[in-house]
Amino acid sequence: MKQEALIPKVGVVTDIRQDTPDVKTFRVVGLDGNKLFEHMPGQCAMVSIPGIGEGMFSITSSPTNKEFMEFSIKKCGCLTSWLHMMDVGQEVTVRGPLGKNFPVETVPTPENGNYGLKGKDLLFIAGGIGLAPLRSVINYCRDKKRENPGAYGSLHIIYGSRSKDDLVDYQEILDEWSQDCKVDLTIDREQEGWDGHVGFIPNYVKELKPDLNRTVLICGPPIMIKFTLDGLKELGFQEEQVYTTMELRMKCGIGKCGRCNIGDKYVCKDGPVFRFDELSELPNEY
Amino acid sequence: MKKVSRENLDALFAAIAEAKKLYLPVADGTDEKRGVKYSVWTPEAKYAAEAVNTVRSAKDFFFPQVENMVNFKVNGKKIEVDDIRTECEDFVIFGVRACDAASFKILDSVYLSEPVDTYYQNRREHGVVMTMSCSKPSETCFCSVFGIDAAEPAGDVSCWLTDDAVLMQANTEKGEALLASLPMLEDAADDAAEESKAKTKAILEKLPLKNLSTDSFGGDKLMELFSSDKWASLSEACLGCGTCTFVCPTCQCYDIRDYDTGHGVQRFRCWDSCMYADFTKTAGGQPRPTQLERFRQRFMHKLVYYPANNDGVFGCVGCGRCMKSCPISMNIVKVMKTLGEGNA
Amino acid sequence: MQSEMMKRASELLADGTVVRVLGWKNGEFVYDPTPAVFDSAEALEKDFVYHDFCGSNLSKYLIKLSKLEGKTLVFLKPCDSYSFNQLLTEHRIKRENVYIIGVPCDGKLDPDKVREAGAEGILGITTDGDTVKAETMYGEVSVSKKDCLLERCEVCKSHKVVVYDEMLGENGEENPESGRFDMVAKLEAMTPEERFAFWRGELSRCIRCNACRNICPACSCEQCVFDNPASGVSQKAAADSFEENMFHIIRAFHVAGRCTDCGECSRVCPQHIPLHLLNRKFIKDINTYYGEYQAGAEEGSRAPLVNFTKEDCEPNVVYKGGSK
Repeated sequence: MKQEALIPKVGVVTDIRQDTPDVKTFRVVGLDGNKLFEHMPGQCAMVSIPGIGEGMFSITSSPTNKEFMEFSIKKCGCLTSWLHMMDVGQEVTVRGPLGKNFPVETVPTPENGNYGLKGKDLLFIAGGIGLAPLRSVINYCRDKKRENPGAYGSLHIIYGSRSKDDLVDYQEILDEWSQDCKVDLTIDREQEGWDGHVGFIPNYVKELKPDLNRTVLICGPPIMIKFTLDGLKELGFQEEQVYTTMELRMKCGIGKCGRCNIGDKYVCKDGPVFRFDELSELPNEY
Repeated sequence: MKKVSRENLDALFAAIAEAKKLYLPVADGTDEKRGVKYSVWTPEAKYAAEAVNTVRSAKDFFFPQVENMVNFKVNGKKIEVDDIRTECEDFVIFGVRACDAASFKILDSVYLSEPVDTYYQNRREHGVVMTMSCSKPSETCFCSVFGIDAAEPAGDVSCWLTDDAVLMQANTEKGEALLASLPMLEDAADDAAEESKAKTKAILEKLPLKNLSTDSFGGDKLMELFSSDKWASLSEACLGCGTCTFVCPTCQCYDIRDYDTGHGVQRFRCWDSCMYADFTKTAGGQPRPTQLERFRQRFMHKLVYYPANNDGVFGCVGCGRCMKSCPISMNIVKVMKTLGEGNA
Repeated sequence: MQSEMMKRASELLADGTVVRVLGWKNGEFVYDPTPAVFDSAEALEKDFVYHDFCGSNLSKYLIKLSKLEGKTLVFLKPCDSYSFNQLLTEHRIKRENVYIIGVPCDGKLDPDKVREAGAEGILGITTDGDTVKAETMYGEVSVSKKDCLLERCEVCKSHKVVVYDEMLGENGEENPESGRFDMVAKLEAMTPEERFAFWRGELSRCIRCNACRNICPACSCEQCVFDNPASGVSQKAAADSFEENMFHIIRAFHVAGRCTDCGECSRVCPQHIPLHLLNRKFIKDINTYYGEYQAGAEEGSRAPLVNFTKEDCEPNVVYKGGSK
């Protein structure tokens, strides 16, 4: 019988990293030790523990990583609580890659409506666990730039969280990203041992006044995305310059079961990556 | 065109049933008067030729209420995936109305588009659809509004009832093959069904909803209709049950759940409804917090979102089931008339 | 009756007694009115109807409406008024925010039964005394009214509106001789195998649309156990026949002692499952073992199942199927 997109593959968790008090990053490979499948930055996969449930998670590792995939997962509901109880060696089922990726290999031209990231100066804005889907793009761009410095322009990352302890991938940011990207971090409230910026992301973005020629990728809680977008517009950014990735309840992941339908789009299939001019044509049901 | 006399109809059913499982509309066995449903043909089953439609739609054959998709064996940290799919047996559905036959095309555009849903495809490939022209449409029928002709039903084989015979016309290879396997069929003139068609068309002309207008709907009216302030009063009495969704031949949303049998996990899918509160609810939030948004979603999907993605074809076939079964008598016709007011 | 109701509603709106009216709105056909809220005399004039097909019970809507600012006028039929009282007893409705006009009822019609009597293609229906005349696309059909009553009306327990601020027309009487337990008695007389077969036949048709639960005035939980993912029984479809039975049986247990027998569950079931029989079995048993009790007859009454008295029969008497 033909391959069925709803039947998953089995993978095994080979490493678990506690990122923050409620975020863990799980490294997953196939039972043969190889990657389960290839993906592009921004794409997702359905991860499941049979009997508990299945959920859509963005693949946080870069496709340039040829050894494994990673998922950064925040403990939030039933399934994620269960995932957080896993030990190394636990098998999980994985379906993917699902959804549309960030257009990292698309060169923006007037013909394609300037859709694409290739060759552009990029600004990443992430809030909390919202860094998860952007981490894949950030590392992809960094790796591609090492091969070909012209692949992308400069990379600027603005990242914030509730507290220092809630900054996902903090060590990677300090040790690696700050080497070849401009990194600006902020936390919501003053905290002992933190001498960086304090304040909400939308305000911080306005203070930093990033270059208007940058293409922006935002991910975070809906309220943060909303105010950051407003701030970017105030600064003079156009909706066509800003990409985001969305999250809604999903079951099939292939545009059939109907629950992530917004307007004429299915977030799982037509997204999760959208450019804001696409979203502005959709009902505000997310 | 082929024909069989009405006295021979049972012999025809018997011949079909010999080779393939045959389903047809029969009066519900539990209580003579409580509606018609598709049942497996047996010599005792009486074909409900007059009943305009079954309570539940024919989508059940291709998209059943519940189906197991895959099994898992979980042993400590180990997981084994058991692909339980098997080729399904050939089957025939007789007596499908034009509206339900049209609904299959709508389901096809969802389930047979890439990546193909192999569960649906399997049944679709093994099912032969024999449609029956309508002889007694109900006042709730409005298929013509969506360009469906109840006198010319689609399907693998189209059938027409005359006073003394059933006429059959194969439309596909599957249909040809089925008719060729039935020796009791006689040849009939190509225009033998014209009288029956004319009779049906004359009734269709009298249907009270035949002038229902679709002008106010379609993919290009998305934000305008979404933002209408009429949704509040339209949805105010909605109970948030799934009746309309489940009797609807074109509603195709499903849920995926796991069932722990104690010896393993069965992953099954079952019908779901956008009318239910938990349809979009996550640990992180609820984008459709009240019944207004859920109610709006169902009708927007049929009248705007689906046509936007399918060359203007609406996601409703006018079968009228929701009109007959909604507990509070709210339905797509009232929605279309209310939203269309002032635009017509 | 309809014009009197509209007149009173308009007066009460005009003098500020109420700010909205809960009633029935004219449908596409004569038999499909929808419960609706009206906020002006013009709106009433345009769409308000009250006729033989206004069977739906409006009481449950008042859970929400009575929490809004201002009074809501509601028209309650006798059986709706029992549900209203029961909801008051359960503290689900703010009585002070509701103005009730009681309307007498001599039975509401089931459009499916009119259709089953041969009226397909219904264009209009008029009732003349005991005769229901349906004008259809295929000719005129006359049926006797008692043959197309809703099940609950065939065995109407009471014509009496039990709670109201004013009554339009004459209030009716209770009807203890309704015979509403006859079918339950028939089921009780069956062998366990026959009874099991009866219920399997009925319940196997369930499509889990939740219409019975969502219409039920006794099912007023903020979140139903069957919708709670943590309950372990929140499947949207029954995984097997055991669950298929259990959904309805558990629901019957949950409403036992509180069900007023308003019959809405059976009215709305798209699969025509006689769900009211499960509830009536409980009512009949409660009557037998604890003395006659009608939920909703009086506001604040203590249901036998939540009210221990020394006179309660012993569990072993119940077990043996005897009475006290």
